[in-house]
Amino acid sequence: MRFGVLQFPGSCDERDAVLACERVGEAELVWHEREDLDGIDAVVIPGGFSYGDYLRAGAIARFAPAMEAVALFAEDGGPVLGICNGFQVLCEAGLLPGALLPNDGLRFLCRQVELEVVNASTAATASCEPGERLSVPVKHMSGRWFAPPELLADLERNDQIVFRYAPGQNPNGSVADVAGVCNERGNVVGLMPHPEHAVDPLTGSDDGLALFASLAQRAVTAVA
Amino acid sequence: MKARVLIRPKEGILDPQGKAVERALPALGFEGVSQVRVGRMVELEAENGADLKRLCEQLLANPLVEDYEILPATSSASRPGASGSDEV
Repeated sequence: MRFGVLQFPGSCDERDAVLACERVGEAELVWHEREDLDGIDAVVIPGGFSYGDYLRAGAIARFAPAMEAVALFAEDGGPVLGICNGFQVLCEAGLLPGALLPNDGLRFLCRQVELEVVNASTAATASCEPGERLSVPVKHMSGRWFAPPELLADLERNDQIVFRYAPGQNPNGSVADVAGVCNERGNVVGLMPHPEHAVDPLTGSDDGLALFASLAQRAVTAVA
Repeated sequence: MKARVLIRPKEGILDPQGKAVERALPALGFEGVSQVRVGRMVELEAENGADLKRLCEQLLANPLVEDYEILPATSSASRPGASGSDEV
């Protein structure tokens, strides 16, 4: 199977994302002006500062031609993972619920955190166990996920909360410790922490690999 | 038409920028200032003013977390520095 890793002007984690994808499949970069995803079985939208994060993080990137292709791909049930800025882009595009606001401490954060897998049946978590802990780094300025109380209740009811920060480890003030969410069908997933930086014991953890393995598995199943 | 769009965090949503500014004021001797909220202002010229609301909801503001207000810009004279004389 083949991953497509989106690249906007200002992306900066696309190379690590490609390396992570290549642990479980093939991967290529998809420039933001490209209008098709031909030959791509799973999409990763990586972290960075697309279009300089002007206006709001992810606000401009959602209008890229490649994002129109991603919206169609997601509609067809294709697996999509947004990481950090990619998560912000998916929220701005309306493909994922909620919004990402500046961290409550106003500081850029860079640290290892533990995540709890809440929903282990999404395209990005099918090879995890429910309640499993993953050690993955966060590095962001606008990572405070927010949803108004009614929306949060709906998402909890629909099992759309995919990851929570482990108790006491919420780094940014996210509502209900939410670190990642999915769409209703569970084929589009986004999270602030960076699984692509945790795919080798050399960097302290390879827990992030499970997400890429899950995407690859989902992509193969979808084709078969 | 010339317009200004004021965008601010919705009421009830923590605004850490506003909090930081508020906390800094007493250090400068400004007492009694509270409820500081920091938003942003966008100036623009639109051929079709009717599109402005849609433009705000689709791009300038994120309606889930931000309120916006469209103000017609009265005259360029009210803009500080518009004459150029104050500019460095």
